[in-house]
Amino acid sequence: MTVTHSLNHLPSAKEVGTYDPPTLANNFSDLHPPLTHRQAMIESQRCLYCYDAPCVEACPSEIDIPSFIRQISEDNINGAAETILEANILGGSCARVCPTEILCERSCVRNHDAECQPVLIGLLQRHATDNMQFEGHPFKRAASTGRHIAVVGAGPAGLSCAHRLAMLGHQVTLFEAEQKPGGLNEYGIARYKMTDDFACKEVEFLLEIGGIDIQYGKRLGDNLELATLHQQYDSVFLGLGLGASRALGLTGEDAPGLMPAVDYIKTLRQTDDLGSLTVAKRCIVIGAGNTAIDMATQMARLGAIEVTLVYRRGVEAMSATDHEQKIAKANGVRMITWAQPDDILLDSQGRVAGMRFAKTHEQAGQLTATGETFEIAADAIFKAIGQGFDSASLSDATAAELARDGERIHVNEMLQTSLPNVYAGGDCIKPGQDLTVQAVQHGKLAAHAIHQALTAKQEAA
Amino acid sequence: MNTLNVTPLSFTPPGKKDRGASVVNGVDLSVNFAGIKAPNPFWLASAPPTDKAYNVVRAYEAGWGGVVWKTLGEEPPAVNVSSRYSAHYGKNREVIGFNNIELITDRSLEINLKEITQVKKDWPDRALIVSIMVPCNEEAWAYILPLVEATGADGIELNLGCPHGMPERGMGAAVGQNPDLIEKVTYWCKKHYSKPVIVKLTPNITDIRVGAQAALRGGADAVSLINTINSITSIDLDNMVAKPTVGHQSTHGGYCGSAVKPIAMNMVAEIARDPATPTLPISGIGGISTWRDAAEFIALGAGSVQVCTAAMLNGFRIVEEMKDGLSRWMAEKGYDSIEAFSRKAIPQTTDWKHLDINFKTIAKIDQDLCIECGRCYIACEDTSHQSIAKLTEQDGARRYEVIEEECVGCNLCQITCPVENCITMVPQETGQPFLAWDNDPRNPFRVAS
Repeated sequence: MTVTHSLNHLPSAKEVGTYDPPTLANNFSDLHPPLTHRQAMIESQRCLYCYDAPCVEACPSEIDIPSFIRQISEDNINGAAETILEANILGGSCARVCPTEILCERSCVRNHDAECQPVLIGLLQRHATDNMQFEGHPFKRAASTGRHIAVVGAGPAGLSCAHRLAMLGHQVTLFEAEQKPGGLNEYGIARYKMTDDFACKEVEFLLEIGGIDIQYGKRLGDNLELATLHQQYDSVFLGLGLGASRALGLTGEDAPGLMPAVDYIKTLRQTDDLGSLTVAKRCIVIGAGNTAIDMATQMARLGAIEVTLVYRRGVEAMSATDHEQKIAKANGVRMITWAQPDDILLDSQGRVAGMRFAKTHEQAGQLTATGETFEIAADAIFKAIGQGFDSASLSDATAAELARDGERIHVNEMLQTSLPNVYAGGDCIKPGQDLTVQAVQHGKLAAHAIHQALTAKQEAA
Repeated sequence: MNTLNVTPLSFTPPGKKDRGASVVNGVDLSVNFAGIKAPNPFWLASAPPTDKAYNVVRAYEAGWGGVVWKTLGEEPPAVNVSSRYSAHYGKNREVIGFNNIELITDRSLEINLKEITQVKKDWPDRALIVSIMVPCNEEAWAYILPLVEATGADGIELNLGCPHGMPERGMGAAVGQNPDLIEKVTYWCKKHYSKPVIVKLTPNITDIRVGAQAALRGGADAVSLINTINSITSIDLDNMVAKPTVGHQSTHGGYCGSAVKPIAMNMVAEIARDPATPTLPISGIGGISTWRDAAEFIALGAGSVQVCTAAMLNGFRIVEEMKDGLSRWMAEKGYDSIEAFSRKAIPQTTDWKHLDINFKTIAKIDQDLCIECGRCYIACEDTSHQSIAKLTEQDGARRYEVIEEECVGCNLCQITCPVENCITMVPQETGQPFLAWDNDPRNPFRVAS
């Protein structure tokens, strides 16, 4: 049974037949093709090599952007790649998935009136990381510390943490619930943003540093307990992510035809045969984040005839960036704002037939229903209303002790949880911005915090 | 290719505009340079583009006012190597400087003379000057000059500057670096040739004025400068050999292109303001690529300009934009002839010691134009006078402000600023009189005023 079993009654992309196989394949090829060498040289020249550069300040992982761009311009690709990777070992995937339009590129001084066009930092970063050629891994491990650290979750936070810990001389065991590493890079990002099995290749590269052992199929709260880890390892890092899809809270939420967008995307990312994917000819996506956009756009690119994205507030409140919204619109996705799910409409067989929405408006800062409703017919509804913390993962006695900020794990400025020697980062902690690049930074900083604590302990002993 | 085929010479496709017209945009661009008339001051320098009739005719068709035919020499003709040019690139692959190791013409004297005769006959309104380089003895010059005179060309240019290949044979720069030889050769030319003699000077010397003075003593009608500068443009670091590479070796070449323009302009100005050569006509050469470059050379004393690299990189058609731009600018400024603004910048070009020590200018940053890149700040902070303050606004925006008391007016911030007109240098009212260093009390060698 696949995670998309809820759509089993729907036709496959092949059967819908909107696109022939080559077009279908093309629909999921690189959204932003890489720069050619020449384009990269020209673009790199545009960088002004700002002092105390605003782009660096805007980068959650603190990549020295002017420096790596200057290295590209001097035809020193390996140097550029190393500058990127020493700050962000997942620089290759960040180059693809970072919302640069709200981070480094938004702060580029070339956005000012004179040009209104930032340096294409993301594509330059990709150019460097795609074209680097190292003999062996570019980073060397420090002498062994004899310490062994458990990292839970092989997503961006966990991988970043593991790599940095290995670099600092520690031994790492990485526990991953799925059968493949990468986390959302592998399972959660739109297919056309991460082509050619890049997430997997990047992890292979990362693991070349050595000292990292991965155990797959190990899920905290299922076949893994924090108590054990806490006992057996010198330190623990939790990069659990947000494993639970939020519920709409309506009757019929388990009806065939309604499913979380992330589950569909996961299947889409793993399939070898796009044509075999089930496609709803008419579908509704609920939500306003990048996952909602990814879902809607991919459904349109698979051949859905009518894709409607519905959000309960206005466009300006959408967390998907303008750039992302434009992608959806360019793919024919219809966007309806100021409407919230009111009722799931079912056919005689109890399958999704559409949705009734209640129109909303804001009154004194409160979102309220206007009383007016409308219906949209659809074969499938995908909810992308955010991910929540999977509380099952922290169900053992030790884990239950962890202080929480709402549902997420509470950490201090050293990314340390309320339990000694237990650290956390990425989407599962409170200050999370739910960005890959932020998770990478958390993992890196936590590794340094762990290293510092262990070193201090050693000195004290 | 049949080099003797001169049939296309007089063919002008119907409907083509007259590219040889001297009046462009209502402005007369014609020049009379040391007695050589041309419809405009844009000439092609003696170099590969002027090697034979085919190229020269294409140049005239494109609208060039004159051509200096690639240097003729004694028989047998020179032999060139394969792989001849190399470049000093900017980061965007734009050619900043250009280098060549080509010698003088490698075609027979007879063919060259024949073609020159035909071309001059077909294009009587254009300047045609013949560059010559023969050994440093009177017989050699006495032999070739009547042959050149018979072609009907308008004048000759003495190639006393070629920096590679020819000096080893006692010609080119070997002569140009010796003022006595410049004078002697010029004298022979005036003796055996009746039309204007232009002496082309090499920049590979310490004081360009010495060569110009020697040329004048020998009776030169004009000088042209600069010839190319000794250069190595780049090294192939894999094979440890310079470019251009001939087999597994290389040699120094002659440098030209935009990069040499500042050097050439200084040398032109040096001669123009030398009391020993105050009226000696100068044909300016060195990195001229645009009308503006040409106007600058003319403002410093050039009566005509010679172009090579820009044409080699872009083709002959660039002369159209040059003529158009120059004429529009002249019209805007009210200059009705080239003569009208020639040497206009010379009175303001002086020695350092005559500059006003009391003049003060300071930088001003236009905050509305500032893009907050911080380049001015770090340049001033690290390498100059710590005269720019880095401030942070309440909203986190950066703000850079000039600390006026510390600013010495060096221009560095303005130079490093990526935004045009964002940083301006503002002359200050000091209330102090003009004071040249010659008269400054702090000058131990002061001339009492």
